Amino acid sequence: MESTAHDFKENVDTALADPNLQDSLAKLKVGFSERRRQAAERLPEFEALRDCARDIKNHALANLDFYLEEFERKVTALGGHVHWAPTAEDARRIIGELCQSMGARTVAKSKSMVAEEIALNEHLEALGIAPIETDLGEYIIQLRHEPPSHIIAPAVHLTKDQVADTFLEHHRKLGFTKRLTERNDLVAEARYVLRQKFLDADVGLTGANFLVAETGSSLLVTNEGNADLSNTLPRMHIVLASVEKVIPTLEDAAVLLRVLARSATGQESSAYTTLNTGPKRAGDLDGPEHYHVVILDNGRSAVLGTEMQDMLRCIRCGACMNHCPVYGAIGGHAYGWVYPGPIGAVLTPQLIGVEEAGNLPNASTFCGRCESVCPVRIPLPSLMRHWREREFERHLTPRAVRQGLALWSFMARRPRLYRRLTTLANRVLALFGRAQGRYQTLPLAGGWTRFRDFPAPPPGGTFHAQWRGRRS
Amino acid sequence: MNEARSQILNGIRRSLQRGELSGDARAAVEARLARPPRGPAVARAALAQPEKVGLFCQWAEANNATVARVAPAEVAAEVSAYLARNNLPAEAVIAPSPQLAGYDWASQKMLSLRQGRAEGSDHVSITGAFAAIAETGTVVMASGPEHPVTLNLLPDTHIVVLRESDIVGGYEEVWERLRARYGKDRMPRTVNTITGPSRTGDIEQAMELGAHGPRRMHVLVVRE
Repeated sequence: MESTAHDFKENVDTALADPNLQDSLAKLKVGFSERRRQAAERLPEFEALRDCARDIKNHALANLDFYLEEFERKVTALGGHVHWAPTAEDARRIIGELCQSMGARTVAKSKSMVAEEIALNEHLEALGIAPIETDLGEYIIQLRHEPPSHIIAPAVHLTKDQVADTFLEHHRKLGFTKRLTERNDLVAEARYVLRQKFLDADVGLTGANFLVAETGSSLLVTNEGNADLSNTLPRMHIVLASVEKVIPTLEDAAVLLRVLARSATGQESSAYTTLNTGPKRAGDLDGPEHYHVVILDNGRSAVLGTEMQDMLRCIRCGACMNHCPVYGAIGGHAYGWVYPGPIGAVLTPQLIGVEEAGNLPNASTFCGRCESVCPVRIPLPSLMRHWREREFERHLTPRAVRQGLALWSFMARRPRLYRRLTTLANRVLALFGRAQGRYQTLPLAGGWTRFRDFPAPPPGGTFHAQWRGRRS
Repeated sequence: MNEARSQILNGIRRSLQRGELSGDARAAVEARLARPPRGPAVARAALAQPEKVGLFCQWAEANNATVARVAPAEVAAEVSAYLARNNLPAEAVIAPSPQLAGYDWASQKMLSLRQGRAEGSDHVSITGAFAAIAETGTVVMASGPEHPVTLNLLPDTHIVVLRESDIVGGYEEVWERLRARYGKDRMPRTVNTITGPSRTGDIEQAMELGAHGPRRMHVLVVRE
């Protein structure tokens, strides 16, 4: 997918001015986060499970080569195949060739963020193979030629009415000429349209939430059952997963599953959690004849052993974006690439470069809600701060910011001057009108006051002055 | 392919500043794999068997499944009654398993059953279950000649016949049962753990049932 992360500021302006998006985001703010809180409260062991989930992922990462080899050994022993893809291009080529080996015309696809990352659909289309997205949200945005705006709810930016218009436009040729107004009717129509496509597909392609080294199984979690139809009906099942998805054992999967659904949607459990191991067996009446796993690196192995390694613990639940005030204001598309929200602000500079995506880790107040809900306790604000430092070191920060920081650093290293100037500034600000407690306009701060008031300093002098006063 | 493989594995080892795992480090990881440690125990499901059955029923219903508790002799009649209650045709595709064959289907003269996998045209399926999880109201299906996967997915209505003794506390006990039945290194091709009917929250985050899998799930919990 082509990145627009560089145009983050323009993307934000567009997002803030989009009434449909703002309606949808208002629902998001109360939906997922409130349900997650209730689910966490219902399970007294939830915090202990989060600690354990973090430790499991750390252990897997510290022994990643071992577990990947073990996984491969088990898959091969049961008649499956593992393919290794150092780059996105390698993964696209491998999958394209596998599809061509089946003479495939259509591929039933179950939502995969890694497939978005490697722009798989465009590649398949160029080969004359039609990828069919089967997750409802992903299907809707495929019809609209839009990228996903959320990692677990790709169409969360759309209202029901927009979906109704999209279906009317695209399903008319299939004989559906009535514009639907109820959600359950929209779901039923998509089910009907997609069912035939499942039955006709030559290849099923899914991602994986986890790869289990102990058994050589790919583990998938969905609510719709679309991944299960994708990996059961076609003659070939291809799993696309990145290296950090491998975990040691089924017991580890149990811990991670307990925090995954609750963190994502606030459900006790997703409707379908499925383990697939190899192709169909002798005597089986259904299932794919061929089972292939494509393991993608795409720069991840280089993150191991660095201060950024923690990002590889991510299990893609989406809790960080559900709780992020910035995501809640601008939605996912503004981030400009595949992964939005706080985890996107950390992953995207790693995957496509800080030159392109430097704006993303700057779009945070470091309020810390993301870290406080992350099921594997990724220190997202620290990782964003890391990217800001890298950006500064590489002289990518805008000049005004650099000059401001230089001025502040000059003053911070001269405490007496700092205290004198802040006392003076405090008095001047007070003169402008402390009575209202806020300013509607302020010299040099037009960028701020154009959209919101600037808070006036509270009475009692500067922080330093108050600190001294209280200690004596 | 081998070049790509070593490129990735060697890249990982370079980043971790070590070679291939060996000696004590390797032995420790192999031991963890051979005897997998369990995570924090979930107190909710640490119950005696009768209460576990109750907890399973409670969570299955909370996840939009329906539950009927029956004696073995009542299984076939309950299936007929359920189909009639929901205005569904009295025909179903049934998993070719000896457990299911043991129920008194002959008593249901109006019920027409076909053994095999499901096709797109089947409306109702009847399957057993390998196990069920009380903690979340989840049924567990292990694929094989006696349990085609399509039965769990294609029909609009999925009827599950579950024996009380197959209800366990959490995932960990299911894994133990799978290892005991199939061997530690040999999972069935597909293990579906299913919690209620298919659903989606993709339009305005409101849950709607019947996305791609069954719209209805009815679980017959059989007393023994």
